Amino acid sequence: MSVSSVQTSLVDRAAPPPVRPARRASPGVRLKYALTVLAFLLPSAIPLTLFVLAPMVSAAWVSLTDWNLISPQVFVGFENYANLLTDPETGAVFFHTLYYIVGYLPLVYIGGLALALGLNTALKGRSFLRGIYFLPVITSWIVVALVWRWLLNPSNGVVNTVLGFFGIAGPGWWSDPAWAMPSIIIASAWKDLGFVMVILLAGLQAISPDLYDAAKVDGAGWWRRFVSVTLPMLSPSTFFVVVISLINGFQVFDQVYAMTGGGPAGASEVVVLRIYDLTFRYGQAGEASALSWILFIVILAITLIQVRGQKRWVTYG
Amino acid sequence: MAEPRKASSETRRVIGERRMPTRSLIGWITLHVVIVLGALAMFFPFFWTIITSISPGAGLSISPSLIPDNPSLAAYERLFTELPFMRVIGNSLLLAVATTVVQLITSATAAYAFSRLPFRGRGLVFAVYLATMMIPLQVLIVPLFVQLRDFGLLNTYLGALLPTFASAFGIFLLRQAINQVPRDLDEAAMLDGAGHFRTFFSIVLPNIRPALATLTVFAFMGSWNSFLWPLVVLRKPELQTLPIALAGLQGQYTTEWDIIMAGSVVSILPMLALYIFAQKYVIQGVASSGIK
Repeated sequence: MSVSSVQTSLVDRAAPPPVRPARRASPGVRLKYALTVLAFLLPSAIPLTLFVLAPMVSAAWVSLTDWNLISPQVFVGFENYANLLTDPETGAVFFHTLYYIVGYLPLVYIGGLALALGLNTALKGRSFLRGIYFLPVITSWIVVALVWRWLLNPSNGVVNTVLGFFGIAGPGWWSDPAWAMPSIIIASAWKDLGFVMVILLAGLQAISPDLYDAAKVDGAGWWRRFVSVTLPMLSPSTFFVVVISLINGFQVFDQVYAMTGGGPAGASEVVVLRIYDLTFRYGQAGEASALSWILFIVILAITLIQVRGQKRWVTYG
Repeated sequence: MAEPRKASSETRRVIGERRMPTRSLIGWITLHVVIVLGALAMFFPFFWTIITSISPGAGLSISPSLIPDNPSLAAYERLFTELPFMRVIGNSLLLAVATTVVQLITSATAAYAFSRLPFRGRGLVFAVYLATMMIPLQVLIVPLFVQLRDFGLLNTYLGALLPTFASAFGIFLLRQAINQVPRDLDEAAMLDGAGHFRTFFSIVLPNIRPALATLTVFAFMGSWNSFLWPLVVLRKPELQTLPIALAGLQGQYTTEWDIIMAGSVVSILPMLALYIFAQKYVIQGVASSGIK
């Protein structure tokens, strides 16, 4: 659920005024208050500590060892990192992941924006239509992958059948190294379009109509209003979509696993699939942990750069 | 959290109605046609899934037709007789319900503490909670796997559940909601002698029902659709969840697409039912997550 990790820093409002016991309250009262706080916090603090924070630290340790999950761990320092950085496979999986992001992001953003603009009007059956567009969002990645594997089936999938009807010989889609990643991108964009649409629609609805009225008074046409009012006022929502898409894009896994398994011939092998394979197929847990730390640092760095850079283009009205 | 958004979308709808009208009838019709065609295109993959699932023999040589010649539920029958599909659905349901219940509890209590119980270092603790949302599951997978193996929890429901017990997203969502509950309400209750526990149960929880509904859907959906962690921890066939069984179908019935699509339909239905029931809360939850 990294979904709202970013906007938290943006949304977080000041905490309401305190009502804790005064400093001069008796020790009994203060102890009782402390126990109350613990009672409310521990149910979440214990699982977060045991199953997120502790493994995080332990992954850092594993990444410094040579280990196949069974034999004793051997400390090797930064050897795993050095191996990864010189292994051409590492460059390849990052390249495939970037390819995915570069194909996917413009598709969902432009598509989602067009839909949001269309639905932000006096449309009959608006919420029903919005519900249809949102349907793929609630569907699991595995189902999405299977359905699209079938739609894009090279021999008798419906897409190639329709293309054939127009006299076009459809490509081999997921069975062709050159088309495997585009197939994954199409399926992913179909699934996430409704999500982006809802975020942008909420952003559009938060724009004050006065701004449009003022622009109209100044004689601005539709395009001018779109460029000078809509896009800047929508920039916080755009920022959110971009940040979330990059975080999720670097972690792409489910749909690749189910649609191509990283193939054909490794053409769609992405970073997380590599982590999975290193751990459970090649028994190189140390290298897998090192790669997952590299991935985490890359995601963190890219997110921080965006948060820093948002001043340049994000308008908070 | 839900209320202000609702109000503003209501206002916008009225404004939209005023802004759009008869000025250009052609534009109005074009817009409708495009949006409806788009919706049909979006829905087509689902339609095709259903059609394929009731077209026996759909696969390598036979491509189903838009209106199946002799529709049959044979694929569904095979799904449930040749595979332990009932068991698989039961597993998914059990994990999803347990995850949802536990996340509601852990999120609501933590959210109450972060909203209503000031203590030294609270800001820092909250920041650490939120930071856990940034950590990809993949980073944790090796140590978590080893940790649960050492506890003897591989291939157990508990092993699949434990890492999902607390959700920073849920805590954040509910804290936003609790911050909107007027403080006068709990102060009045406290004057009547209620402690924090009474206030939490009888004042705060009833006032954040929409946010609880949003979290219910998201927690259920997260568990129902989750793939990587169950794949790692539940290695026995009888413990498989739906997404894993579906991925397995592909290996087993490579070209028998009617069966694979029947499995997909079955796995979508429960989520769809929940979605139709709580659509408003799902959309509000997503929409509010993008508002600055």
